[in-house]
Amino acid sequence: MSNNNPNNASGKDPHLLLQSAPLLHQKLTTPAAMKDVWIALLPASCASFWFFGISAVLILLTSIAGAILTEWIFTPTEKRRFALSDTSAGLTGLLLGLTLPAGIPLWMAFLGGMVSIGLGKVIWGGLGSNIFNPALLGRAFLLGTFPIAMTTWVSAGDLSDFFQLHSSNLALPFMQGQLDAMSEATPLGLMKFEQQVTSFGSLFIGNTAGSIGETSGFLIILGGIYLFLRNAINWRIPVAILTTAALFSLILLLVDNQQYPSPLFTLFSGGLLLGTFFMATDPVTSPLTPKGCWIFGIGIGFLVVLIRVYGGLPEGVLYAILLMNAATPLIDRYTQPRIFGRDKQNLKNNNKADK
Amino acid sequence: MMATDNIAYEEMIKGIWRDNPVFVQVLGMCPMLAVTNSAINAVVMGVATFFVLVGSSFLVSAFKQWIPKQVRISLYIIIIATFVTVVDYSLLAMLPAIHKELGAFIPLIVANCMILGRQEAFASKNTVKFAVMDAVGMSAGFMIALFSLGAVREILGVGALFGFDLFGPDFEPWVIMILPPGGFLTLGLLLLFFNWMTEKRKQFLIQLAEVDNETIKVKANG
Repeated sequence: MSNNNPNNASGKDPHLLLQSAPLLHQKLTTPAAMKDVWIALLPASCASFWFFGISAVLILLTSIAGAILTEWIFTPTEKRRFALSDTSAGLTGLLLGLTLPAGIPLWMAFLGGMVSIGLGKVIWGGLGSNIFNPALLGRAFLLGTFPIAMTTWVSAGDLSDFFQLHSSNLALPFMQGQLDAMSEATPLGLMKFEQQVTSFGSLFIGNTAGSIGETSGFLIILGGIYLFLRNAINWRIPVAILTTAALFSLILLLVDNQQYPSPLFTLFSGGLLLGTFFMATDPVTSPLTPKGCWIFGIGIGFLVVLIRVYGGLPEGVLYAILLMNAATPLIDRYTQPRIFGRDKQNLKNNNKADK
Repeated sequence: MMATDNIAYEEMIKGIWRDNPVFVQVLGMCPMLAVTNSAINAVVMGVATFFVLVGSSFLVSAFKQWIPKQVRISLYIIIIATFVTVVDYSLLAMLPAIHKELGAFIPLIVANCMILGRQEAFASKNTVKFAVMDAVGMSAGFMIALFSLGAVREILGVGALFGFDLFGPDFEPWVIMILPPGGFLTLGLLLLFFNWMTEKRKQFLIQLAEVDNETIKVKANG
């Protein structure tokens, strides 16, 4: 008989232990699920440090600090320890930070973290009550507020050493940052405005221009596979998004192979992979039913390609996911599964009777 | 005489805080969101509304016994529209630049439900003195709300207030603030702030009452 069993902490004989239901415990708690996402984001974060140097470290730290500070301020005192212990606020900050360009002033990253948690989460009633993905909401706010700073990209791997900091990072609060490095268009921007295709190799490894966490396709997929193996995400959503985006761009490629990019380019460029594995699969803002997940994923994949090809912006992942987030309650309502033991006819009659 | 003075004063002061048309009643949202992208536009809009509301409240309460109940709304609208036309042409003559910027929102004061609401709910049932006091308070409250929204949006969106540069040339403008989403965001945050203040005050009063009750109990027992 082992004394390590936590049920046996009081020293009683486990055979005589009486418990009330539920007797089966799921080990998956919110902090544990968050820990999985932290681990899965580790490779992409390290890649951002490698490609963008100390700027990336500082951006991630400030956006995390902004998020945690806002959570701390707006949570009632008695709930603070509980709310902060699940690390979800910090995770939102990290996800937001990974979608920012390397040359962005740090005060904007901090503000973005505050908006993510303040307007994206706390105002709806805290974790689990928000409609939109908080990190993406913060990014949408920053993109609408500071359009120039948010679309000035620095090429990855341009730095002579790790500690070379972009001077625009250190702009005073409310002031503009003057970028010292050469700004460069992202692969998507090059494709859209100059019809230049970036090679698959650099998209896969990540030494292109772009948000600090989105460039390396390989490491993001690695994180995604980890999440999938840990059963932390619903596999239907990424599969549906990636298949739809690939199919749609394949159709466009067959229509005109001069104007439209290849499916592989569509999948590996921009924030599609990061958004697919880490933002669209957010359990709070994605549908609950399997059928709903398919609809949700197909909608995102379709909208991403639609916005990229026909919209004014080079990138469409942000708005595609936010739009489908808004549709999630509706999808959930229309894909409710049949109650076990009842046929459809009865279900309809019951619904009528309820009304 | 003293008592009615106090009541009239109450009628005026309630529009500024307790029954603020924007922060409490959430009326008149159309001009509130549309013209507050700079402080000067907001203030001119507030002054125009002030003139229209006070004038029409005065006329409606003065003529209330001759207004047939069946057609009262159309008569209120005609009275309001008269004052709006006066404001429209006066602004065109005096401040043509701002008149151009406010555009359709000056004629749209006719449709401001805050104004019609005051006629229907207050001016048509009260004496001229109370109606005018109420109109002054309400439009002052409306003007304060317009100004606070316009000031926040102009300071963040342009870095200036009434056109005076506040932060110097390096200021990074918050583009979203002078666009429609900025209006909704700022209004929502201001409403949040006002509700929070009201809630705090209510809790404070409850606490105060409890303390009072306890002292009464202690006195009674002692």
